[in-house]
Amino acid sequence: MTDFIELFSYGFFQKALLATIFASISCGIIGTYIVTRRIVFVSGGITHASFGGIGLAFLIGVEPLIGATVFALLSALGIQFFTEKGGVREDSSIAIWWSLGMALGVMFVFLTPGYTPNLMSYLFGSILTVSRYELWAMIVLIAILLSVFRVWYREILYIAFDEEFARASGLRVSVFNYLLMMLIALTVVLNIRVVGIILILSLLTIPQATANLFTRDFRKIIILAILFGFIGSISGLMISYFLNIPSGATIIFTLIIMFGLLRLIKLLK
Amino acid sequence: MNEMNFVKPLIHLNQVTFAYSESTVLEKVDLKIHEKDFIGVIGPNGGGKTTLLKLILGLIQPSSGKIYFREDLPRHKRPIGYLPQVKHLDRKFPITVLDVVRSGSMMRPYPFLNKSEEKEAAMQLLNNTGIGHIYNKAIGELSGGQMQRAFLCRALISDPKVLILDEPDTFVDTHFEGELYERLKTLNEQMAIVLVSHDVGTISMYVKTIACVNKTLHYHPSNQITMDDLSVYNCPLQIITHGEIPHTVLKKHHSHD
Repeated sequence: MTDFIELFSYGFFQKALLATIFASISCGIIGTYIVTRRIVFVSGGITHASFGGIGLAFLIGVEPLIGATVFALLSALGIQFFTEKGGVREDSSIAIWWSLGMALGVMFVFLTPGYTPNLMSYLFGSILTVSRYELWAMIVLIAILLSVFRVWYREILYIAFDEEFARASGLRVSVFNYLLMMLIALTVVLNIRVVGIILILSLLTIPQATANLFTRDFRKIIILAILFGFIGSISGLMISYFLNIPSGATIIFTLIIMFGLLRLIKLLK
Repeated sequence: MNEMNFVKPLIHLNQVTFAYSESTVLEKVDLKIHEKDFIGVIGPNGGGKTTLLKLILGLIQPSSGKIYFREDLPRHKRPIGYLPQVKHLDRKFPITVLDVVRSGSMMRPYPFLNKSEEKEAAMQLLNNTGIGHIYNKAIGELSGGQMQRAFLCRALISDPKVLILDEPDTFVDTHFEGELYERLKTLNEQMAIVLVSHDVGTISMYVKTIACVNKTLHYHPSNQITMDDLSVYNCPLQIITHGEIPHTVLKKHHSHD
């Protein structure tokens, strides 16, 4: 028990704790949009494309998250552009961005002289090394998300539900689509450190699936997803610390186990 | 001459052509939608029915030709209520019936003063349509008929001058179908209606005029349509029979008087 209390006095653990709270909030909001709009694959494309930016940042010696942000934003805009213009099948277009980003990343990392020690932490997450400025960036992101969803909640909901009807109503659907795509890109990038590129999709989908067991109301799914996301990631973080196993993967396990248990309870009831 | 001809149409499609890069979907279509019109739009699949609706709704722009709206109508919003084909919608989407109906108010030229006025209007429509008691259910929990009712309410909350329905008779029980058409008859006293259907038999009992769309548009100023007409207009339709209806459909009529 003393171990447990002592843990919270460590600076690195406090930061990790804040990171899980912030990640649960931003992923809870954006993930609900992604899941209900059925654009999980799109988000996967943006996430993996950002790896190209991380590789380039290693090569030219700048902060990896800046490279990731640039690549994620560009791929988000690119995917939305090709989706609206047509011509290329949407899922094929996403796969192209997805693999191009990864391939560029691999090539840039290969070209980077010497050893790239942090590479694994971007691929699989490293929540215990989250920095102070990364936490601030997460706070800013949450502030943006909350304001956008507060001001345009109904527009976002209606467009997600029936884009054609919203367009016929004279809503600026395209503007909202681009805006939301960019918010997805930022959310993905700023949460990469928590669970990593490979695993970030889980934070955007599993809490929502769990929330969806209990409600079919968009707003309530957001709130419950934040809650489940937080419970899952904080318990995953603790377990990983005490068992000395990778935190990102452990968080995924706890999220899935929670989903499975609640689903089972719901079935048996 | 019918005195209607002196009244300006609410919507006027003038020589409207729509083409994708290679293929022409609609060619030089002329259509006038007047007040109190009830136009049944029929035609084969892929004949351009949905494209015609999308043009009227402003979802796509004509490649050539123009669509005019009567001068007194609000310019910033088209005064149209729209009931799309529900099969394209995601039934698992987490949205309540009330919110679906409220979403239709985006289409209003003059928005509601506040949220409670909007909610009240939505509830009143739901009650009038007989689904007021399930306003808080998720849209996916509804039966086909209830869902169509909800979407009809969404189309009506904007107080439209023209109501457009795209195959509202699919996925609906026959009970609601009859009810829907009776409801449309009443609504037609306040607004023009454009109804797309593949079921010529049923709609010919309710509509006043028929537009046959198969790349070109042939306007038939009566609700009686004969087999000869269909072949003349190059409208290879499937006539769905409903008991006695075929006699009505096939009743000989004396050409354009």
